Amino acid sequence: MNDLKTQNKHTARHQYLVAIDGALALTAVLLIVQMWLLTASLETHLGGDKDSAVPGAIFSFLLFSGNFGLYCFVSKLEKKARKKGL
Amino acid sequence: MKQLHKDDNEPLYKEEFSISSAHEALVNRRQFTKFLTLTSLGMFTGNLWILGKGYFEKKPSFPRQVVGKEEDVPLGAVKLFRYPEESDPCILVHTQDDAFVAYSQKCTHLSCPIIYSNETKQLECPCHEGSFSLETGAVIKGPPPRALPKIVLERQNGVLVAVGIEASHE
Ligand code: FES
Repeated sequence: MNDLKTQNKHTARHQYLVAIDGALALTAVLLIVQMWLLTASLETHLGGDKDSAVPGAIFSFLLFSGNFGLYCFVSKLEKKARKKGL
Repeated sequence: MKQLHKDDNEPLYKEEFSISSAHEALVNRRQFTKFLTLTSLGMFTGNLWILGKGYFEKKPSFPRQVVGKEEDVPLGAVKLFRYPEESDPCILVHTQDDAFVAYSQKCTHLSCPIIYSNETKQLECPCHEGSFSLETGAVIKGPPPRALPKIVLERQNGVLVAVGIEASHE
């Protein structure tokens, strides 16, 4: 009985970790896209094109929002897992 | 011993080591995500800075400036001058068909000074072998991403006067 409980706990913990790792990987991907966006915006700005800064800033904000959302998600999962004693 | 405890049921070490080793993996991941999110905020701030810089940058003004007398620049010769600021080098070329053209001397790739080649009749950048058309300033070959900004010239009784800059975004 105890064995089953421990196994269940392990599985649940594993599931939480997989979900958190997935969110973490997605955050890293979004960050890489954002870095590329920043360098591209800087390049076009230095090249004298002032109009591309607006869409650059908008997309950068969207990417940041995505990252923030993922952080909230990871935070929530972590709290839940700790509460359950996993 | 009472002062050693946060409250009666909590031993002091709990305050110092509030995370159990089992939870460490979770906390580490959360903290790393937080770090990435803050970096993301930094990137967004960078984009905002670019936006603000473009918005608040003062528009360049183009004064009328005498470049030189036509007779001082023979056919196929060049004259270097600065326009509109002291920090903006430009090049004036007297072309074979007796026209005068002037461009910013800063290569649009990495700002090396371009030179006029009498052999190829092109403006060339010695840094990475980029070259530009003498007639339009357009890129002919090499890494430069855009045409050279063209200096607008006026001819007044044998005197060349710079009056503005035509920047191309192509
Ligand atoms: S700086 Fe001119 S080609 Fe690179």
